[in-house]
Formats: sequence, C-alpha cells, structure tokens
Amino acid sequence: MVEPLVTMRGITKHFPGVLALDDVDFTLAPGEIHALMGENGAGKSTLVKVLTGAEPFETGEIRLAGNPAPVINHSPQEAQERGISTVYQEVNLCPNLSVAENLFAGRQPHHGMFVDRREVNRQAARIMADIGVDVVVERQLGEHSLAVQQMVAIARAISISAKVLILDEPTSSLNEQEVARLFELIRKLRDDGMGVIFITHFLHQVYQVCDKITVLRNGHLVGTYAIEALPRRDLVAAMLGRAFDDMAAIHRRSEDEVDRGGAPVIAARGLGVRGGIRPFDLDVYAGEVVGLAGLLGSGRTEVARAIYGADAADEGTLVVKGAPVKHSPIDSMRAGMAFCPESRKDEGCVQDLSVRENIVLAEQTKRGAFRLMSRAEQDRITREYVDLLAIKTASLDTPVKQLSGGNQQKVIVARWLATHPDFLILDEPTRGIDVGTKAEIQRLCVELAGEGMAILFISSEIDEMLRTCSRLGVMRDLSKVGELVDDEMSSSAIMSKIAGDEAGDD
Amino acid sequence: MSTTTATPLAAGSSGAAQPQSAFVAYLVENVLRRNGILLAFVVVIIALSVWQKKFLSPSNLTNLVLQYSYVLILALGMLMIIVLAQIDLSVGSVVAFTGAVAAVVVVRHGMPWYLGVAAALITGLAVGAWQGFWVAVVGIPGFIVTLGGQLLFRGLAQLTLNYVSLSPFGGKYYGISNGFIKGWFGGTGFDVFTVVIFAVAVVGYAVAQWRSRAARLKYQQEVAPLPLFILQIVIVAVVAMFYAWRISQNRGLPVILIILAVFIMVYGMVMGRTSFGRGVYAIGGNLLAAQLSGVKTRWITFWAFVNMGFLAGVAGVIFSARMNSAQPAAGVGMELDAIAACFIGGASTTGGIGRIGGAMIGGLIMAVISNGMQLAGLSQGIQPVIKGLILTLAVAFDLWNKRRTSVAA
Repeated sequence: MVEPLVTMRGITKHFPGVLALDDVDFTLAPGEIHALMGENGAGKSTLVKVLTGAEPFETGEIRLAGNPAPVINHSPQEAQERGISTVYQEVNLCPNLSVAENLFAGRQPHHGMFVDRREVNRQAARIMADIGVDVVVERQLGEHSLAVQQMVAIARAISISAKVLILDEPTSSLNEQEVARLFELIRKLRDDGMGVIFITHFLHQVYQVCDKITVLRNGHLVGTYAIEALPRRDLVAAMLGRAFDDMAAIHRRSEDEVDRGGAPVIAARGLGVRGGIRPFDLDVYAGEVVGLAGLLGSGRTEVARAIYGADAADEGTLVVKGAPVKHSPIDSMRAGMAFCPESRKDEGCVQDLSVRENIVLAEQTKRGAFRLMSRAEQDRITREYVDLLAIKTASLDTPVKQLSGGNQQKVIVARWLATHPDFLILDEPTRGIDVGTKAEIQRLCVELAGEGMAILFISSEIDEMLRTCSRLGVMRDLSKVGELVDDEMSSSAIMSKIAGDEAGDD
Repeated sequence: MSTTTATPLAAGSSGAAQPQSAFVAYLVENVLRRNGILLAFVVVIIALSVWQKKFLSPSNLTNLVLQYSYVLILALGMLMIIVLAQIDLSVGSVVAFTGAVAAVVVVRHGMPWYLGVAAALITGLAVGAWQGFWVAVVGIPGFIVTLGGQLLFRGLAQLTLNYVSLSPFGGKYYGISNGFIKGWFGGTGFDVFTVVIFAVAVVGYAVAQWRSRAARLKYQQEVAPLPLFILQIVIVAVVAMFYAWRISQNRGLPVILIILAVFIMVYGMVMGRTSFGRGVYAIGGNLLAAQLSGVKTRWITFWAFVNMGFLAGVAGVIFSARMNSAQPAAGVGMELDAIAACFIGGASTTGGIGRIGGAMIGGLIMAVISNGMQLAGLSQGIQPVIKGLILTLAVAFDLWNKRRTSVAA
C-alpha cells in the first residue's frame, strides 16, 4: 500500500464549553479526493484547522509523508511549507492586484532589485494554461468572476506545494458550469497524484467527484467509507444520526389552502430599479410561501431588495396590506416586513455582538432607540427563539462569531422572526448549512405560513423550493419571466422557464 | 460606451439620432473616468490664472515649488502608508522635530551643513522605527500610534528648541531649498538648461506612457482611445513646458525640484516594481491573503513607517532650509496636506488603491490652491475652509465617478 500523505490519529480538541474533536482519526492517500462530511459544528472545519495549524490541538498526532516524526503545524504558512494548501470558501486573494501578481505574491522572480514582471506574467500564464483555465493573467483579479478567482486561488495553492489541497466549500458561490470546470480541475490534480480534501454541503457534488468519505458527527468520527459503500441515503443518516425519512417529512401547503379573499400582504405593480431589476408584478398572500427561482444574478435578490426598499425603486407602486408604503428599510419594517439577507457574513450577523444582541437587533431598531427593551425582555425573546430554532450556543452572551455557520444563519432568521413580521423574505436561508438544519428551516417556513405569515423564499436549490413553496416566480436576466403554481411546478418546468425555451417545450 | 449601457432601452435610438452629442458624451465619459484628476488640475490652474494675474508670473511659479515641495515629499511616504490601510498623523510634528535637531547641530553648534542634514534624517529614521515598532510588531493601529506621535514629537521639538526658533542656517543648508542651477547652457532672457531638462523629462514621460499603453493593449486591457491618450500627453507637455519656460525667465532650475524629481522616480519604481512595493499593495488589498501568501506583512509595515519618518526628516530639512530657521510650531497641519494629496489623487480610504502619480497631482492641486489664495490675500480663516471643502468634494466626486461607472459596467 502507498504511504498516506496525511495520517491523523486520536485528535482531540476542546473549545470553551464544547468538545470539538474527540479522538478523531483521518487518513488521506495520494491520488484520492476525500470528502469530509458532517453537519455544522460536527468538527470538519476544526479538523482542517488543526491540520493546517490555524488551531492547536490537545492530544493525538499528525504524520505527513516524508516526515519520519509526527508534525505539528503552528501556522497556515508552516503547513504550506510542508505541502498543505487550503482554498477557503471566501476567496483569499488580493482583488487589487493582477492575477499573475496574486499567483506570485511573496515569491516574485526578480531581475536585479526589481520584480521581473515579464517573467511573473510568463510563468503565471503557463500555470493557468496547465490547469486549463483561459484567463488574461495581467488583468486585475477583481475584474474576473468569482469562479475564476476561485481557480486562481487553487492555482496558487498547487503551484506552491503540490501534495495536499484542502477545498473548504469551494463551490458555494459558483454556478453549475463553473462547478463542472472546477471538478475537472480537481480530477486532473488527483490523477497527478495529489491528495484533495473536499468539504461541501452539496451532497450530489460529493458523489460526482469524491473517492472516499469521512463522516463526523458532534466531534466524533462516524467512519470512513469508500464512495460506493455509502449511498446518499446512508450518508445523510450517518451525518444526522437518524433516519432519512425524518427530514423528508415536510408537506408544503397547496395553493388551495391560501385564502385570496382579502388584500394581498404584498402587491407590487411595475416595481423597478433603474440599472437593476426590470419592472415586475408580484402578489404574496397571507399563508403563502412564494419562491423565486433563477440563476445566480438573475434578479432574485434584487426583487427582494426592491420590495424591502433596500434598493430605492424608480418606478411602480408597492401596496402592503392594502395601503401604499413609503420606501425605505425602516418603513418596510414598520409595515411588517422582514428581510433576511443572503450573505450572513457581510449583511447578516454582527460578528462581535452576542447571540442576544444579534437577535434583538431588528426588534430594537423597529421600536426606536429611545424605547429600550429591558434585559429580562431581551432574555425572554432570545431564549424563545434559541429554543424554537434549536440554536446551538454556549450561552446567550456568546459572540456570534464563535457559532458555526448554520447556527449563525439561524440567529439571523431568529432576529427577523422576533419582529413578528407579516411578510418574511428569506434570501438563500439554507446556503452553506447542513441538511439537518436545512430541513428545520424549510419546515419552519411551512409552519409559519400555516400560521398566516406571507413568505418570499429565495434559493438556488430547486428541490428545496419544490418542497417548500406553493408558487414560484421565475427570474431571468433581471426580469420576472413567469410564475408556476402547484402542479405546474417541477424541476424540468422550472429549468426550461429559466432557460427561456418554453415556446418549443414539448 | 458606458453611458449607453446604463440605459439599454434607449441606447440604439439616441446613439443613432445624435451621433455628435453621443461622441461628446463618450469623450466626456472617458476623460472623467481616466483623467478626472488631471482635468481638475488643469481647470484649477486656468481658474487661478484668470483670477490672479500674478499666478503665472515667473517668480510666483518659482516660488510655488520652493514653498510646497514638502507636501509632495510627504505625500510620497503617506501614499505608501495609506495604501497599507494605515495613516500617519505625526508627520507635521516630525518635520518640526527633525528641523529642530538640524538647527541644534548647524546653528547652535556651528557644525557643517551636511552633519545637520544627516542628524535630521537619522532622527527621522529613528522616529519612523519607533512608530513602526508599535504598529507592526505590537499591532497598535497606526492612527493611535501616530496620534500619540503627533503630541510626542511636537513636545520634543519644543524642548529641543527650548521654545524659541533657531536661525539662521545660512550657507549651503539654506541653499538646499533656495538654490538654483542656471546658465550651464547659456541663454539670454531665459535659461536653456532648465528648458532642456524639462524637455527631456516630458519626452521620457511620453515614452513611458506610450510603452505602458502598448503593454496594456497587448494584454487586451482597456486603454484610453488614441486621441484622448495623445490629448493627455499634450496637456501634460504643454503645462510642463510652459512652466519650464516661465521659471527659466526667473532664477533658473531650483535645486529642490531636482531632489523632488529624483524622489518621485525612485518611489514610483519602489511602489510599482519591487516586491516591497507590490507587498504594500497586497497588504492593503487583503491583509490575510497577503499573510498567507508569505508576504512579510510586519516587515513591510515596519519599513513603510520607517520610510515615512525618513521622508518627514527630508521635509524637515527642506522646510527649515526654506525658512532659514527651525521653529517649534513648524509643520503644524502638514500631515493633513499630505493625506489630502493622497485622497484627492484617488487613493482608497480602505487601502490597496493609490498611485504615486495621483498623489503628486493631488499635492499640486493643494499647492496651487493655497498659493492662489495667498496671492489673493484671503484671510487665515477662509483658507482652511476652502481647502476643507475641496478635499471633501474631491473625494465625493471620486466616489460618485466610481459608482456611476460601476453601475454602467
């Protein structure tokens, strides 16, 4: 048997109040793509951080191929020098420098005392050509799409040290074509004998590229499996520790159950933003979950922002519960709207504030700065939603940045639920979180609608919307191109609508 | 291009119906986007020369460089600091302190001028190392460290000078900021040497610009349309040669202008072509990424502050030589001129973006406006009001410009 690239044995690590890793083993062989799976907080990220030296560990040992003694990395740089590179979810490069400069930052070839720009560009072009990405390396990184930036990050990682590549959620901001390109690249690297650790929440992607799966749950190792030995259903069961059927039990409401007698909660007529979303009509009634489907950048978020007043509309009208509203986020909040934005890192959580402060933030803003909420009331509200959404946190005072991604997402949802909205906008509420939490959030949507809330649900995953929504608006190129109701809704109907070929359908 | 894509529905009709106005719009768009700062500079010059007849006189144009060269010197260092997403509020005090040290050496102890210069520069380096240590090694934000430095070095300047000004330096030290080179190539009524030097510089500038344009074209990057590119070169050439001709009628080529030119070229190369300079941009663009890429972030930050201290020392020498004395209150507010020059020149407040050329033009704009206001005899109260407004409006314009173009794209 070939010597493994990485052997981790008996790794244990505590975070304050939590056992993050408990006696975990992990082995990576050359020429394999190894998926690391688990729910949020299962310990995937921690395991990777221990390997790359971003976090220390307490007991256990790490062996790397070529090193006779166990190795402890003290920093990501040190890990890099030993041949372990990581590409993170958020692209970690300098957008203000050229592609070539990013590839060679910190190690440019010199010509005398000056950087040899010609050589930098030449070598960079060769590296990008090697991995089959057609890109002008002299151009600024920021001018390229996220996908290309991601590829550049990978190119950089492998051009530094070509042994172990860790990909942490590399696909969450890419569209399908881009994902396909990325996978092609990863397979090529594997065939060259590299070991790849792949972390993702997209189950189908695991089955597209990976050779092995290691599953973690609550800091414990569940097991390492060959991909053929672990069908999808069993994978989910292993991750959740319970049967798959539990989470499939979501029954979306049907359109017939929606009472269209009264005025819609939201009625947009010809609402449009110059240079942004084209004028659209949209009604959302109480008790209804309306989805917005479309590709990334098709205008899904823009519709939500225009309704909420985050982007000032230049034309059209918006009527809320029969009354026209002024258009700004605070007026929208007072009119009973809540907008849970897409990127929890930039627009969502205030990372340094506590769980409590994050949850009461919107409600406090709505009440105004001079009507302070008592500590007891804050605690009561926070406790209520922490319980309702099963947010895993050490205490109500824990800073949000210490929570896992899925729990941060729940905190944002909790913040908006605490304002008791009539109309809730959820923009990608389940992106980057585990299946279990996903199902919980989907179920919650349906329940809230059952209690009379109107919900606008935006997601990239068609399956998820089919499970949750009773009506779908379809977006293409910043226009709303149609609606699908109940029985019309199917993956293929949505796809062809998005693609714009409904004319020659069948 | 951009104006039409912003309103896609109307694009076809308006473009076809009014080709002339579409072309003008296109031109304005391009000029605004690429050369807004240069355009502003030219407009300011024209406005000032109409307003104040004396503005374009040979003696005033000569004075301009003698009086404001320190802003440009400081802006060179400040740009590096600002691109790092740091700030240095102490430079005005450091200018006073280093000037004071030079005065003690030269005036009080009667030592030769070059020892005074050396003492000032070493003091500047030491100050920079002190501040660089706290920022880069300890990790205190530059804003705080240099706010402390502003007080610290102002006080040290006062103590060094015992609260009174020391003068005169005289001799060669005085000549640093008040000396001229004239008559090497002869000429009657004007100095041929001055004009020749400027002509060489202009040709050099044109060649460099042309080569960088050609390179960008080769890499399929966007460039200014050729007529506009030529117009830009012509404007720069006309302004520079007009300036050369005027000052050649006065006292010739100021020594300080040569020093300044050397510094600008050296720093242009450091920022653009050394791994140190590129590291500065990398840190400003994404500190974490730079760190992970093995850019020596601490080392670079430290040396950027050392360099700022050094340049403050240079400015201290230039300023005290110009005044022929060291004063406890010298340099008050100079840091703000330098910072303003960088931001007017298009540097980003969040780091990562900013060019030496932009900062220099920004500094020139600040300089000519100050000079114009002094010629007009505006009161001490009005001058900062106008400068403050200009800084705010310049950055607002820059933001508006960027936002507009990014929507269009």
